[in-house]
Formats: sequence, C-alpha cells, structure tokens
Amino acid sequence: MAETTTSSGSRSWLATLGPFIGLLAVIGVFALLTDTPDQYLSVRNFRIVVAQTVIVALGAIGMTMIIVSGGIDLSVGSVIALTGVVTAIAIRDGASPLMAVVYSVLAGGLVGVLNGLLITRLRVIPFIATLGTLGMARGVAKWIAGQQTVNVPPTWVNEMAVTFPQPEWLIVAPGVWLSVALAVLVALVLRYTVFGRRVFAIGSNEAAARACGIAVDRLKIWIYGLAGLLFGLSGVMQMSRLRQGDPTVAIGTELDIIAAVVIGGGSLSGGVGTILGSMIGATIMAVLRNGSQQMGWPNYIQEIIIGAIIVIAVAVDGWRSRRP
Amino acid sequence: MSLLRLDGIRKRFGPTVALDGVSFALEPGQVHALIGENGAGKSTLMNILVGALQPDEGEMRLSGQRYRPASPHEASQRGVALIHQELSLCPHLTVAENILLGREPSKAGFFRRSEAEKLALDVLGSFSHPELRPDRPVGALPIAAQQVVEICRAVASHARIVLMDEPTSSLQRDDVEHLFALIRRLRSEGIGLIYISHFLEEVRAIADVFTVLRDGRSVADGPLTATSNEALVAHMVGRSVDQLFPERHDRAPGDVVLDVRDLVAPPVVKQASFTLRRGEILGLAGLMGSGRSELVRGLFGLAPVASGVVRIAGADTLIRDMPAARIRQRVGYLSEDRKGEGLALPMSVADNLTITGYRSCAPRGWLHLSTQRAQTRRWITDLGIKAHDPDQPVRTLSGGNQQKVALGRLLHQDADVLLLDEPTRGVDIGSKAQIYDVIAATAAQGKAILMVSSYLPELFGLCDQLAVMSRGRLSPVRPIADWTPEGVLHTAIDANV
Repeated sequence: MAETTTSSGSRSWLATLGPFIGLLAVIGVFALLTDTPDQYLSVRNFRIVVAQTVIVALGAIGMTMIIVSGGIDLSVGSVIALTGVVTAIAIRDGASPLMAVVYSVLAGGLVGVLNGLLITRLRVIPFIATLGTLGMARGVAKWIAGQQTVNVPPTWVNEMAVTFPQPEWLIVAPGVWLSVALAVLVALVLRYTVFGRRVFAIGSNEAAARACGIAVDRLKIWIYGLAGLLFGLSGVMQMSRLRQGDPTVAIGTELDIIAAVVIGGGSLSGGVGTILGSMIGATIMAVLRNGSQQMGWPNYIQEIIIGAIIVIAVAVDGWRSRRP
Repeated sequence: MSLLRLDGIRKRFGPTVALDGVSFALEPGQVHALIGENGAGKSTLMNILVGALQPDEGEMRLSGQRYRPASPHEASQRGVALIHQELSLCPHLTVAENILLGREPSKAGFFRRSEAEKLALDVLGSFSHPELRPDRPVGALPIAAQQVVEICRAVASHARIVLMDEPTSSLQRDDVEHLFALIRRLRSEGIGLIYISHFLEEVRAIADVFTVLRDGRSVADGPLTATSNEALVAHMVGRSVDQLFPERHDRAPGDVVLDVRDLVAPPVVKQASFTLRRGEILGLAGLMGSGRSELVRGLFGLAPVASGVVRIAGADTLIRDMPAARIRQRVGYLSEDRKGEGLALPMSVADNLTITGYRSCAPRGWLHLSTQRAQTRRWITDLGIKAHDPDQPVRTLSGGNQQKVALGRLLHQDADVLLLDEPTRGVDIGSKAQIYDVIAATAAQGKAILMVSSYLPELFGLCDQLAVMSRGRLSPVRPIADWTPEGVLHTAIDANV
C-alpha cells in the first residue's frame, strides 16, 4: 500500500509509523494482560479481528478522501443501513446476487452525489449537509424495509464477510481481500494521479485551487460520489455479516470511521491523511474491541478506552507536528 | 496595439457601486502601477481581470481581441495570471505541485512527478533560495520563500500579463530585490505587469506608468517620472494632503511608566531595555522577524519571557504575567493581525470596543446594554468610525474603521501604556491620518505609547523617541531628531550596534 502524505522522505514515513507503533502497542498490551497470550495472538483470533474490521475499513477508505479534501461525511452509518437493506431487498425479490451488490453500491454513490450537490450547489457546509442526509438515508432505509428487518435466502453475498470463509485457502473473507485491493487502489490514485493531488490541493487551500483553475465543485461531487460507492460496498458487508437487511443497524458507525481516519493521522482541517494510516486506525479500533471482549471487559470499558485513544492519538500527532 | 485595454468598466454589488468607469491600457514590456486607497476598487478590478467576477458594463480587449473571462481557469488559459496579496498556496503540497497546480503534467491521468520537478526547477532557478527544493512541502518553508513559489507559479503559467497584488507585503529586503529583478526580466521578455501597492516608494522603484483609482473610477494616469508623490496622494484621496501627520507639540515628558530591563524572550528576543514616559511616543523599527512583535507580545504576556525586569508605574511585575494581569496593570495591546487576533469579526462594534473594559458597562457582572451602547456611540463619534450602529458586526466595516475599533478598545479600557503593533497596517490613507491624530492626542493626555511599525515615514512623523530592533537586540533609545532613515536601516541590518 502506498503512503499518501504529501511530504517526501522520512517525514511522511514517520507520520505513518506513529499509528503503526500505536497498533503494535495496543496488541502488546493485550498480549501481556491476557492469561492466554497464544490464543490471543493466534491466526484464528487474527481472522476474527480482520473480519470485524471490514465495514469500518471500507468506510474509512472513502472517508479518507473526503477528509483529505477538507470535508466530512456524517451520513455513512445511515448509508450503510440503507445499502444493506437495498442488497437484501434486491436478493429477496429475485435479483442476482451480483446485481444486488451493484444496486447497493450505486445507491451509496447516489447519496454521495447528493451530498456533493448539496455542498456545492446549495453552499451548505459538509457537516450540516451530511447531517441532513444522515436523517434522510435512515428514513428511506426504514421506509423501503417496511420498518422491519429484511430476511434473505442464502447466497454468496452472505459469505462475503464471514470470519472463517470456505474454501480454507482464502484464510480471510473475500470482503477483506476486496477491501485490501480497494485500499491499495485508492492509495495509488491519491498519490499518483492528478485527481488525487487535486483532492489534497482543495483540502489544503480551496481558494488557491479554485484560483489555479481547478473545478472545485465538480471535484467535490466526484469525491463524495466515489466515497459513496465505497460506503455502499460497506453496506453490503454489513448485510453479509448480519445475513439480513436491518434498517436500524450501524447507528454511529460514521463516528468509528471518522475516528479511524483521525487515529491514522488524517486532519479534519484537510490536506493531510493517508489510506494506510486510516487502515491502521480501523484495525486499532477493532483490536481494542476484540481485546476488551477477550478480557471479558464490559462494553462501556471499550467505549471509554476508544474515546481516550482518539484524543491521545490526535494530541500526540499535534504535539509531534508542532515541533520543528 | 495594447496588450490589455479596459474601457468604462462598471460593476455594482446590489446598491454599492464598486467600479464606476475604469479605463486604462497596458503595453507589452511595461510595469503599470495601479494605486488607490483601500476601497477604491482595486480588488474588484483584479477579480474582474482574472475572471472571478464579471463586469456589468464596459469592454476589455486582450491584444485587440475581446476578453471577458468567465472563470479564473479561462483567464489563465488566455495568459493572465494573478499573484495574490494573501498567499494562496496549498501548504501540504510540494513546491513543484504548487507551481504547476491546475496544469499538472500527466499521462493517462497519472501525475508525472519527475517532469513536474524539472519544470519547477526551471523557474526556481532565478531565485537564490537553497531551501526551495521542488519536492519540499510548501508549508515547511519560510514566508518569503512561499511568496517566491507564488510568483514562480505565475511565471510557469507562461502568462502574458501578470497581476501582482501587494507582492512585497511579506517579503524581506533581499527578496524584494530578487522580485524586482524578476519583474525586470519579465518586462524585458515583453510581459505586461500590473503592480498594486500601498508603498509609493516601491511603486516608484519598479513601475513605469501609473493609474490612480478613486471611488471606483480611474482618475489620473501617466508616466511616474513626471509625477510627484504629493500629486499621487492628492489624486488618491481626492484632496491635497499637506499634512498627514499631526502637528508636533513639545510635550514635557512625564514620569516613567514602563521600565524594561534586559528582557529575554527566546527564541527571538535576545536583549531589550528601554524606558517609556507618560506623554511619550516611542517608535520601534526593525526588519520583519527581528523580534519587534515578539518583544511587544512578550511584554503583554502573549509570548513566553525567560528573564528580565518589567516595572509598570514604578511597581515590579512578574515577567510572566498573563494578558489579564497586564490589562489590570493598565497596559493595552493592539495586534498586528487584526483579523486573526485583534478583533472578533462577527461580534458587534460595541462588544469589540468594550471587551477589555466591560467593568465600566457591567457594574455587577451584568452587562448594562444601554450603557454599553452609549459608550460605544461616544467612541464612534470621537474616533470618526464609519458605523451606523453599535450593534453592527465589526466584519461589515472597512479595514480602516475596523482598526479604529481595535484602537478604540485600548482607549475605552483607559490603558496607561499602549502597545501598538503596526497600527496602520492595511489601512487607507484617510483612516491613517485619523489614527495618527488619535495616537498623538492620546499621548498628549499623558498616556505612554510604544509603536511598532515597518513604515519609516510614520515613525518619523509621529514618534518622540526611536529604537531599532536588530536580530533580537534592541538598540539604545534616542530622540527622533538624532535618527535619519538611513541610520535606522543601517542599524536594522547591522547587528553590531
């Protein structure tokens, strides 16, 4: 995976190294705390963690693009629920599993384009525009699902994000491999294409980008739209894990996704962020959840720890970047 | 044929007429100075030239062909480039990426980094800035180097017309020379330059011809050599300004109210000692980055101070006292950064004026709004602030009137020591004269004033005493009559004084 910070050389490696050291530290602490370290560090547990990461990880790929461009998307949790329901309904009503996936990815893209249009055409700031679509997407999800969960017949879609996939040689679920491939692809696009550099440019200084003749509005619609496609895929994974379409699922997932990007070094003021960092951020959160469960800690302890980690990660990052 | 010709350009924003008939012509290989007070319409005209705004009336021709850009993109494709007053770079992108932003060399959508860095090196070559490597992120560069990147961007776009809006506002002397050399090079290549600046001396040094804008109209033009500064200023303000500075009265200096001994504020300020008396205006000159602002900020508790003695009105104070303590000790501070630090722009004139002196209009901790308004109205009248209502947001005032509000705050809090950092930065000439009057009148009332300025004429026109900061060290304070402008510059550059 290519790192996507703008600075060259050692600085950017340091920026990615920070979250990575954090990840190792978290794993190390749990390995010391647990009574059964070989079970905690087993391949089996690794597969559990990775399968749990996939929904947040896919979301974090899209969110990294948006945050680097200086935006934010709060509608992701609702979009995941909506597109999960879309997948389930499509399969239930006889669409082929592949077409069901395509429909939900496109539905995600559609909400993304809507976000982009609200932000650029109506000049509503991203926080508010996506707060609005958060409500709308959740409402539409409940509406089309008839306010109940949508059960689906078993298809390969249900196996996309399982913990122990068949055949055995896959090791991790197809959805995980898909996420890795997409992460690499988006990292390369951000780093090596003109589109990618312009995403950084508008996040770094939007007025300058506009003055240099970059069509900022069109670019933003593309960014939110492309990210929406990834959120749609994340919704497919959500459906796959639940094996049903649930319009009330993934409430607050957008905050996990934003936290993953931020822990991974992304800046909410734009211009800074890496896909690799965000993936590590998503993994850190999954490892924390998994470790807390292994320790038998209650849910509220996990929430306190994850909250503290977010603040510490950003504080450390700020402290590091203030030094010359 | 003129490179660019403007005829009767008009632009209104709702009821406000921003441009009311601007005409001028730019020839190839010419540096054309566009001068005028703030609010004269320079920015609007620039925005029209680069396609960020569309004129309501009038005609523009570029090499004889109709020119009416619908966007900055179209303007840059037609060969018109703008160098902004405020830096407009992407701090997270590299030097090369910034220089080629919007025109990135690419193949099948992929950014060609090595070619971009080669193209960037071609233009960077004319500046001797070793830190300007194409692969460095712009945010890590000093301001002057960033300004160079901004200029290189215009050069790299192969512009036929380059607009420069206050390009030297963040440059040091050396870099101003580099910039002027580059401008001369561009001029010799037949490029036309439009140069906007407040500094008449600077305009004289680089421009061939001028156009004066006033109230949205072009009111005078011609070769610079045939026009005196006095005539230019008269055109700018629409009346003859025989006396910009208030008349000097011999004031008997009062007691020492601020006594600073061996102040050290790392990393910049290495040593500063001076005394300030009531009724005295002490000027602080020096290059940017020499530690002038840091000294003042350290005195007011906004920057860490390592050692030294600060006595206020004869009493020892803690050198680490915070701004709240300084305000209680009757010290007031005017920031050089009006928008960032000086004013709360969305808040009302009344709140901005009274915020350090709420006590007078909030007797028991509760704001007495009608008292606050009445007090504000008095300052609006006394300082000649153009505001129709005390509740009006400061944001809606012009730069000069905002600055009067910022200065008025120090008067409202009734500070005995006024620390003024660049009190007339970004202020039009009319407001400048009013601010000078206020400063002189305040000193005459027995207040002590420490004034940092980069503009030597105002230091010489206003101050009683002057000291020069050079690489973190403050020269001895001497009466203004003992200084010459050359002496000040010499002291500022030479650290061994």
